[in-house]
Amino acid sequence: MPTVSLTSLFEHYNYLITIFLMMSGLYILVAGGNMAKKLVGLSIFQTSVYLLYIEPGKILGGTAPIIDPAFATYSNPLPHVLILTAIVVGVATLALGLALVVRINEAYGTIEEEEIFERDREQ
Amino acid sequence: MKAVWPHLPILQVIIPLFGALLAGFLRRSGVAFALALAVSWIVAANAFALMWQVLSGGPISYHMGGWEPPVGIEYRVDILNGFVLVLVSVVGAVTMPFARRSVAFEIEDDRGAWFYCMYLLCLTGLLGIVITGDAFNAFVFLEISSLSTYVMIALGPDRRALLSSYQYLIMGTIGATFYVIGIGLIYLSTGTLNMADMASRLGTAWTVDARVVIAALAFITVGISLKLALFPLHAWLPNAYTYAPSFATAFLSATATKVAIYLLIRYYYSVFGAAIDFASLPITEIIIALSIAAMFIASFIAVFEKDLKRMLAYSSVAQIGYITLGIGLANQAGLTGGLVHLVNHALMKATLFLAAGAIFYRAQTVQLKDLAGIGRKMPVTMAAFTIAGFGLIGTPGTAGFISKWYLAVGALDKGLWLLVFLIVGSSLIAVAYVGRVLEIAWMREPGPAAASASDPQLSMLLPLVILACAVVYFGFDTEWTAGIAGKAAQYLLAGLR
Repeated sequence: MPTVSLTSLFEHYNYLITIFLMMSGLYILVAGGNMAKKLVGLSIFQTSVYLLYIEPGKILGGTAPIIDPAFATYSNPLPHVLILTAIVVGVATLALGLALVVRINEAYGTIEEEEIFERDREQ
Repeated sequence: MKAVWPHLPILQVIIPLFGALLAGFLRRSGVAFALALAVSWIVAANAFALMWQVLSGGPISYHMGGWEPPVGIEYRVDILNGFVLVLVSVVGAVTMPFARRSVAFEIEDDRGAWFYCMYLLCLTGLLGIVITGDAFNAFVFLEISSLSTYVMIALGPDRRALLSSYQYLIMGTIGATFYVIGIGLIYLSTGTLNMADMASRLGTAWTVDARVVIAALAFITVGISLKLALFPLHAWLPNAYTYAPSFATAFLSATATKVAIYLLIRYYYSVFGAAIDFASLPITEIIIALSIAAMFIASFIAVFEKDLKRMLAYSSVAQIGYITLGIGLANQAGLTGGLVHLVNHALMKATLFLAAGAIFYRAQTVQLKDLAGIGRKMPVTMAAFTIAGFGLIGTPGTAGFISKWYLAVGALDKGLWLLVFLIVGSSLIAVAYVGRVLEIAWMREPGPAAASASDPQLSMLLPLVILACAVVYFGFDTEWTAGIAGKAAQYLLAGLR
């Protein structure tokens, strides 16, 4: 098992940023009571995954992956393609989530989770 | 016909996808229904043809656009996913006639076409997850089916449907994102997204750095477990199933969770299991423990529910526990039992939720207190409910008995005597919650809500009767369920390292 040293942590600072974003997104999801804010948290959480894929795809000194005799090293295009798809999925999810929040607001008159549960209990 | 024959794997997904597009343009509820019905039947025929190809000629590998895997996306059909494809599409085809009146009753007419559009999109996603051999492609299909599911749930008649849909969206997206994180970690350590290719490269990745592989396994397990509602990640399921339109509940309970279970089996047995030695990780113990918890706790909650659909939803969580128990046992009889229960539970739950839908259509309520004597007014509906209910308990002569028998044998083969008693014990709790409904429905005098009810039209009764007959039939003739499941289990266990 490789040991974790401080230098290796700094060398992989990009992963630290990814993990930080991931955890903040999850925290907002768990701690928030406002439904729109929760969706923001969900978005941040998903965005961190985009970073997780994109970063290792970049090769230092590599160019865009278009074959040209002047270059020998290229960045890996596959993660970019995958994440383009994931971004589309993320946008669709966010749009649907926000549409649901609008409908919830129309039906309940609030988007605070606590108040909504209270209104359903009164019923 | 000859030109189409080799392209069945892609047609399985493309036909419902274009059907969904067309249904969205049609706008007229009746026309969209006719389209959805036609598509469901074509898709089922296609699935049978694929299964026939697999049984006669072995696994099929379809290369998308002619690109060889692992570069291109591969659709791969073997005996396991052929089996699940048939299950999903047949459930869709059989239950579809029920949808017309039920959807027209529960959803405003101008939204009817959208409902069928979403149904077909969901079918596309589910079939896609099952057929694809590419891990990222599976994620895209997972999201296609999930997003359309959220919309279907939100179309439910009660305002709480919106809330349940939102909660499911949050949980479902977390699950799907966990899955992508897991795939990303595997991609980082193996450089491939093709499942078969992953299986061959993970072994090396495991020896280089086992922690990455364990983290990936953990993320994928939790992500898929959220989608399949493995206890204690089932919190989204009861509300979603309770407030969704009746037809959507019946369809989803029979297919959506089952497809997620398939994906878990695929990863455990064909990807991770083929590459690393599972005995060194405590996975089977965790799965078995959670399954037992689901079997008991969820069943116990079901006993005290006042709403018929919610009770059935909790029962679903419990029954999923039996299926995952089979996965955890990981021996021939146990895995066969899990796979058979995948099919049998789909048939039984579809019957039960369709019956609940028929009751809602006629009596406008599914609260148990209002259902006194409903059996005397809706005898055919409740007879189907009763048969499927006996199936849930695992009475001999129904399909449910076959699955529990195999599970018990699997537990004995592993030397887990206690587990056999636990399987029987949890079935006794099922006796309590099913029996409570049967007592209310058959023994009591009809109340005000039940008084004016009667059996619904033939288009709603026929799916119910067919499914109830299937529950009995597969309790006697097990060649097409346990027979094929046995072969699939053998195939999966042979791939294990």
